[in-house]
Amino acid sequence: MKKLIALVLSLVLCLSCFAFSASAELADVKLGVILLHDEDSTYDLNFINGVLEAAEQLGLSEDQVIMMRNIPESDACYEAALELVDEGCTIIFANSFGHESFMIKAAKECPDVQFCHATGTKAHTENLPNFHNAFAAIYEGRYLAGIAAGMKLNELKAAGKLKGEVPMMGYVGAFTYAEVISGYTSFYLGAKSVCPDVVMKVQFTGSWYDYNAENAAATTLIGAGCDLISQHADSMGAPTACEDAGIPNVSYNGSTQEACPNTFIVSSRINWAPYFVYIMNQMAAGEAIATDWTGTIATGSVVLTDVNTQAAAEGTVEAIEEAKAAFINGEIKVFDTAADNFILVKGAKLESYTADVDDMGDYVPETEVVFEGYFHESEFRSAPYFDVQLDGIELLNGAY
Amino acid sequence: MSTITKKKGHEPLFHLTKRSSFPGWAAWIVRLLAIAVGFIVCGLVAYILIEDNKKKPQDLMEFFEKFFTSFYNGSFKLNPSASRRYNRIWEFFRDTAILQCIALAVTPAFRMRFWNIGAEGQTLMGALAAIGAAFYLGGTVPEWVLLLIMLAVALIVSSIWAVIPALFKAQWNTNETLFTLMMNYVAIYVVDFFLKIWVPTDSSLDALPHGALPVIENNYLFIILVAAALTVFTFIYLRYTKHGYEISVVGESVRTAQYSGIHVKKVIIRTMLVSGLICGLTGFLFAGKDNTITTTSIGGQGFTAIIVSWMGYFNPLMMLFSSALVTILNRGKISTDFGVKGAYEDVFVGIVLFFVIACEFFIQYKISMRKFHTATKEKEAVK
Repeated sequence: MKKLIALVLSLVLCLSCFAFSASAELADVKLGVILLHDEDSTYDLNFINGVLEAAEQLGLSEDQVIMMRNIPESDACYEAALELVDEGCTIIFANSFGHESFMIKAAKECPDVQFCHATGTKAHTENLPNFHNAFAAIYEGRYLAGIAAGMKLNELKAAGKLKGEVPMMGYVGAFTYAEVISGYTSFYLGAKSVCPDVVMKVQFTGSWYDYNAENAAATTLIGAGCDLISQHADSMGAPTACEDAGIPNVSYNGSTQEACPNTFIVSSRINWAPYFVYIMNQMAAGEAIATDWTGTIATGSVVLTDVNTQAAAEGTVEAIEEAKAAFINGEIKVFDTAADNFILVKGAKLESYTADVDDMGDYVPETEVVFEGYFHESEFRSAPYFDVQLDGIELLNGAY
Repeated sequence: MSTITKKKGHEPLFHLTKRSSFPGWAAWIVRLLAIAVGFIVCGLVAYILIEDNKKKPQDLMEFFEKFFTSFYNGSFKLNPSASRRYNRIWEFFRDTAILQCIALAVTPAFRMRFWNIGAEGQTLMGALAAIGAAFYLGGTVPEWVLLLIMLAVALIVSSIWAVIPALFKAQWNTNETLFTLMMNYVAIYVVDFFLKIWVPTDSSLDALPHGALPVIENNYLFIILVAAALTVFTFIYLRYTKHGYEISVVGESVRTAQYSGIHVKKVIIRTMLVSGLICGLTGFLFAGKDNTITTTSIGGQGFTAIIVSWMGYFNPLMMLFSSALVTILNRGKISTDFGVKGAYEDVFVGIVLFFVIACEFFIQYKISMRKFHTATKEKEAVK
């Protein structure tokens, strides 16, 4: 008995020592965050919430996190990064695409400090040990949201409430970048997985945040006969237009249920907290940070809001849960090129595709990304590069 | 002495008289006091408005200490690393220099009472032209040739942007305030247009490898020297040249200028050309400093420069102080230190500037209360 007690006690001692040393190391990590805007922008707010959530999970003290807001995509980003280094930060994160080249400049100057950049494309070609990219496989989330959309269309179809012959979705996109194309295509495929005859129209606004343009684009799409609208833009423009017209809406970046109780179905968003937890833990353990880190449903980086059962079709919650489990088990792929009548380009299956993965400023595609029966999105680098034009998706304007 | 209020009938509670002689040193004491009071009011406003969070000290004195330290640190804190020890001070002088350059650009037009509020767009166009040159020619010509080309195209494009409203004003007497303001927005969309050509599938232009400003000692001194030279040049141009004199006369009265044989249209266009050239030079500095461009590259400094110029009484030397003050305010680290939105920082800039401008009123005018006034009137009556 005494031996047992001694064993337990020594174990407790060991564990507590271990725990103490681990947390002591975490206490030495100091995170600097460079933000393009502040809480007034939904995009930046999502990062700020991620940082705060991670800080709470890890029990970081107040002075272990420094956030610098309103840092433009210019040399000011480089200066902010150096300032954070001088404030004692051991790891520095920046959240806007245009920050990248300035973060690389700072990373080269401060080899002892780690630099992480969200949405960037250059880490895998720069080969710096202290510069890393991160993104999330938001296309998985959009696929799930697409399932909810497809089920709603099926419901409308069964009730004979479709506007036209075939179910038609509308999508308000910001720019014709791969990130947006990857987003609307995965949304379309999610819908198609449950509603095979669905088609989609896309209208671009040329801005990430423009209430009037997004509202007008949604209205145009509704006028063109769309039965359901989704969007990849940050304002309330499209959801509001849908609520006014009584058209179901699949939202992005957070729930719009409060403002649109009758039409909001579900929304997908990126949760950055798991990434911040990951980099802080790697730092504390003295382990290397992945050059390209892609958050997924499995890592908790891609999340869906609660389904609004008032607007969604019956069984939506269960269908999403099922698909989610399948993603976590690796049973389904969003860009499944092997399935029949699923991903079609000019009537044929997509057998091969070279994408512009290495961002050398040349816009020349160089990497084969279709093999093993699916398009390998976000595997060669974290930022999306799917920019294939599928059958069934019509772009109403493409000037952006 | 000119009185503003009328003396007829009922005597007002107080009236204002323009001060004829107020010693310069006293004016400066008033200004410094106004700045100090402005900062204290900022601190109080911040203490009341900033919601409780872990970064906000509860005790008022502690809060004030952190608040003022935040402004001090933004511009003057010494860094721990030896190689970057004085970087913040350098950055403070560099930011002051850039703001001063834009303020110098608007000043000649302001002295002429031509309200050019288009410095933002004029500077942006200059930066765009310089970046365009670096984008297309970078690497194909020697670096110093590239810099000269960047400077030349920046000067040309900015001056075109500035002269357009001047031509309309001179020919058809259009409203220059609206015209120059609108030209800012046109400039923003021109930048958008070119970014779409240069980077078709990304949302921003990466820093270009060519066309960086020459390094004198460090990355800052070149810009500071340019601004210093420009300040001296503008001061002499406005104070001691025929052009400067003509600008002042047109500013005083267009009619007087016409009767004394000054070609007013020519002066308007020529002065805006000078403004445009200075904006072009500043745009070149932006391009060489950032090596990239966005629609927000100038960051509203084209508008801030207007108030800087006014606070300096359109005097290039006085403007050095107003540029420095605004830069200290802008470099304050309130949002970082207190974990609040960036809008707070703008509010504090506004409050301090409000006090500075208000104090100028008291330097210019004397307030006389009724009692004092009736007493003197009675004296006059006795006489």
